[in-house]
Amino acid sequence: MVTGLSQALIWVSVVAALWAVVLVVANRPLRPDRTSGLAYLGLLALIEVGLLVQAVLGFVKLAGADHPVPGVTYGGYLLGALLILPIAVFWSLAERTRWGTAVLVVGALVVPVLIVRLGQVWTRG
Amino acid sequence: MADDLRTATRSGPGRLLIAVYALFALAACARSATQIATHFDRAPLAYLLSALAAVVYVVATACLAKGSTASRRLAVVSCALELFGVIAVGTASVVVPSAFPDATVWSVFGMGYGFVPLVLPVLGLLWIRHTGR
Repeated sequence: MVTGLSQALIWVSVVAALWAVVLVVANRPLRPDRTSGLAYLGLLALIEVGLLVQAVLGFVKLAGADHPVPGVTYGGYLLGALLILPIAVFWSLAERTRWGTAVLVVGALVVPVLIVRLGQVWTRG
Repeated sequence: MADDLRTATRSGPGRLLIAVYALFALAACARSATQIATHFDRAPLAYLLSALAAVVYVVATACLAKGSTASRRLAVVSCALELFGVIAVGTASVVVPSAFPDATVWSVFGMGYGFVPLVLPVLGLLWIRHTGR
């Protein structure tokens, strides 16, 4: 149920990270006042919405788990994943240089890591 | 002058450094909170060290982000403590693995976190030195 969504979130986040890497390498800071910058922030917002849906579905799945799952850890990953992108964007936009964009690379890469860990916690505890 | 120091500490590579520090503060806090809340008696030593690591990361993040003369001094102390911690716990976890039945952020020199915990304090100290000139 969550698997399809999680897969999609992993790949979209990796694409977002790669896009940010291109911006860093080309030394083109993100410009939220331009269409390209807005489109990028829109992509991150889309990922965030996906993570929100994943959190809701994840808690439903946790409530009906057919095997023992460490609930606190699982819930922690579900909720923790929601914090990453908003904080990364906030911290990144205060500096319009390539270093600000590098923050987005890290933020976008943390999301797939958390999703993979989420899957591990579900299956292995 | 004070504002210059704050700006220098927080901008350029410092912006990325503080972001990664914040990430580890979050990861270490979350890890240690769940360990202590759910199964503290399984490995008390490892979990107390996890909690210590979490506090050190939070202090380092906050001090770097504040960027004042005093907070930078405290950041040096926490980065140094962090470097000592990752080396001490890393060595101990390799030499006496039985003392660490469950992993901490610093186990095996932070291998579970791509060795970032080993590199981060060094970068932190270098950055403070660089911006202090």
